[in-house]
Amino acid sequence: MARALIHMPASAKAGDIIEIRALIAHPMETGFRPGSDGKPAPRDIIRRFTCEYAGKQVITAELHPAMSANPYLAFFVRATATGKLTFTWQGDNGFAQAEERELKVTS
Amino acid sequence: MTTRRQLIAAIPLLALVRPAAATPAEMASAIAAYTGNAPLAPGGISIDIAQLIDNGNAVPITIRVESPMTEQDHVTDIAIFNEKNPLPDVVRFKLTAHSGKAEVATRIRLATSQKLTAIARTSDGKWRQRTVDVIVTLAACVEGEEM
Repeated sequence: MARALIHMPASAKAGDIIEIRALIAHPMETGFRPGSDGKPAPRDIIRRFTCEYAGKQVITAELHPAMSANPYLAFFVRATATGKLTFTWQGDNGFAQAEERELKVTS
Repeated sequence: MTTRRQLIAAIPLLALVRPAAATPAEMASAIAAYTGNAPLAPGGISIDIAQLIDNGNAVPITIRVESPMTEQDHVTDIAIFNEKNPLPDVVRFKLTAHSGKAEVATRIRLATSQKLTAIARTSDGKWRQRTVDVIVTLAACVEGEEM
């Protein structure tokens, strides 16, 4: 399991737009960088990120080798009802991770 | 002493040692493939990035698109393309009306000073673009390479 950091408010008013910042520990090896043997190290990156709010997709991202190591993504979500936010990352070599956070929505 | 003839003979060698890099033409064709050759309108989209970048390994960038983000009128796609990294693609986002605000921020790698283009598609099928020039002093992807 890679270390994932997700910054978001624990609660929000209905209709508020909240910022979510998600960062995951991953080397994002580009496949262009020479390894210790002088040959390019094989590519090992996260390909896809998704965020779902109460089962509905909010945002997805397709990542390429030009993303920095430990990919950081910040985006916005409109708070509608108390529910779960699910974050998933998928990548090369079977990399898969999911995180969940609860968002409390007050009227 | 180096003669003119020797200098001319060395030109093909210079061309050989050029590192792998996408070209402006590759970026243009990657954008055309992404948008399906749709016309790109300027305006309504902005890129927030430092013009002078100390470290190309992690460059903060924010893309902002003007949109009410309602079910009827929202931004569906945002993508970043570059000119001179080994590959023209950087990242492609898909947004929905649940986003509330058409703004994304991330950190990217830049191999050298170059142009960056952000593309956005709105739910009415129109495309917008914005291009910025950036200067990179310490490039990404130089570790282990002989300079």
